[in-house]
Amino acid sequence: MTMAQKKWLFYALIIAFTLFAPFIFPAFRTQLATLWLMIIVAVTWDMTGGQMGYNSLGNIFFYGTGMYVAAVVTIGLVYDVGEYTGAAGGGKYAFTDAQYFTGLVLGTIAAGVFCALSALVLGYVLFGLRGPYFAIGTLGVAIAAGELVSNWDWVGGGQGIALPVFPGDFDSAKLFIYYLFAGTGVVLFIFVKWLYATRFGAAINAIRDDEEKAEAMGLHTLMYKLMTWAMSAFFVGVAGAISAFQLIHFEPLETAYQTINLGIFMVVCVLLGGKGTLWGPVIGAILFHIFKEVTWNYFLGWQWVALGALIVITVVYFQDGLMGWLQHRKPEWFGMRVEKRDRLAQEASE
Amino acid sequence: MDQIISNIGLLLEFPIVNLKIIIDGVMIGALFALAAYGLALVWGVMNVKNLAQGDFVIAGGYISWWLAHQGLHPLLGVPVSFVIMWGIGWVCYKLVISRVIERDLFTSLLATFGLAIMMAQIMNLLFGSDTQSLKLDYETLYFADGLIDVPIAKLIGVIMAAALAAAVIIFMKSSRMGQAIRATAQDARAARVLGIDTEKVYAFTFSLNSAICGAAGAIIVMVWVIQPFYGITYSIRAFVIVTAAGLGNLPGVIAAGLGIGAAEQYGSHIFGIGYQQAIAVVLLLVVLVYRLAQQRRVRQVLK
Repeated sequence: MTMAQKKWLFYALIIAFTLFAPFIFPAFRTQLATLWLMIIVAVTWDMTGGQMGYNSLGNIFFYGTGMYVAAVVTIGLVYDVGEYTGAAGGGKYAFTDAQYFTGLVLGTIAAGVFCALSALVLGYVLFGLRGPYFAIGTLGVAIAAGELVSNWDWVGGGQGIALPVFPGDFDSAKLFIYYLFAGTGVVLFIFVKWLYATRFGAAINAIRDDEEKAEAMGLHTLMYKLMTWAMSAFFVGVAGAISAFQLIHFEPLETAYQTINLGIFMVVCVLLGGKGTLWGPVIGAILFHIFKEVTWNYFLGWQWVALGALIVITVVYFQDGLMGWLQHRKPEWFGMRVEKRDRLAQEASE
Repeated sequence: MDQIISNIGLLLEFPIVNLKIIIDGVMIGALFALAAYGLALVWGVMNVKNLAQGDFVIAGGYISWWLAHQGLHPLLGVPVSFVIMWGIGWVCYKLVISRVIERDLFTSLLATFGLAIMMAQIMNLLFGSDTQSLKLDYETLYFADGLIDVPIAKLIGVIMAAALAAAVIIFMKSSRMGQAIRATAQDARAARVLGIDTEKVYAFTFSLNSAICGAAGAIIVMVWVIQPFYGITYSIRAFVIVTAAGLGNLPGVIAAGLGIGAAEQYGSHIFGIGYQQAIAVVLLLVVLVYRLAQQRRVRQVLK
């Protein structure tokens, strides 16, 4: 079998697994959906953090905003949002099947578009900040958004907001959400795989390696940075919208703008797998999700401490991630050729 | 919206209320300035941006709170917290910080963020997620027909904060270690060449920072409330202050600290108490954007 055939077989196996996983492991449907969510946020984080060198700590802003936009659009198409949240599930607000699916489709698209636009606006202000200031600035945006939304009564304030329930039984709802997440994830992966191979991908890598030089070469760096962040925000917003329909009820601080949970997890996933690689974020998300579920089951109460420790250990001792480590060990797997002389010198030094 | 306008109207109608807000703000701001000074110290000396700053403050508060429940007087809790947090800071330095100093800035930011999450969660497990405070049974002073109330406990807190700040400043100016710290901040390599053990200086600086935060936390638990997850706002406030004032600008740090305290009090008076955390964060963004605009102007001149 040739290399290309092997590759296609590999991808076909993954697609097959994606399609049938909820039937092979029916008890883990929600887990698998969450795994896809982790993959989506990790891959999108890597677009700016790994490929472009702008480490955002505030991508969770788009997740939370996506949730709220989807909720407001879905409810707003049928009822008055202020009255709906004021009644807080009084029971008189029913949705027909058609209203649910119209809301789902339009809400998800609106969430993605709105997040992409807000990334353009925020990016215009924040992309002047370099290095750690960018990270702190974006973290500030996410925290501020959570606090402001929790004081905004029109969308339910600190109580949060409730969406209509999926018309159908419980199991098919889980399956439906899983395929939404998985579909978004697959589309995203194909999109970034294509994007990184284009001129655009080369340009954002140039920004990561040396922004001044890239600018001197004639790249309009701000435009590239804004476009990349907007694309990544679009997918995070869509993922947030799907999460909103999965959770049905959510509130601003702990669920939507969960800065210290998902907001930092996505960064750890990428670091664990390997920054700036195509597969790194995916593998990192899988490893992290497994670690998280294991600690959740066996260290009840201390799981958060274990996660904090994992973050510290990953950052301090294992920052190149799994892919970085492999690349160092087996460069030929990545199509790199190392001269025998260099290899010997490297082995001698270790 | 009407609420906001009527709140502003109240301030204009009774100017004396402004004075009360400013006094409250300055008292709290003194404690913010203390934490910010520690951050500026670590940032300047070893180029580590410590996002666990606020969690050191809260940890100091819980140490004092726990000891008070064991029978220790709350005022004595301040020096005891100082000492215990010194030890915790040293352990954090040896385990984590010493390994990220030479790395890029995002690494230290993330590592300390992980540390912050761990500390907040450990405190949550040990002490529960309720807000806690210590009540000191001192009187309250009243001025201007009772419109301005100054609890003596708060006054003691501010005096202790000022005394601690003065002690640290004198130490930095005159002691041998203080000189070594300042030399390392200026040029670590030159300091090493001249025989300063920079590794020791780093460990000392980080422990000192943690101890200052611990003492600040022990004061905060007497005059305000603490909760395991309040740490991040203190970190953000410290960042606001240092970013606004700049590194190595001590009068600036104090002025910015008192200013942000007053600004937060005004904000929570006008918009309502629910917005207090949001105001601290929005101030950070305002300061960052302002700094950016300043830099843009400089760049334009260079063309």
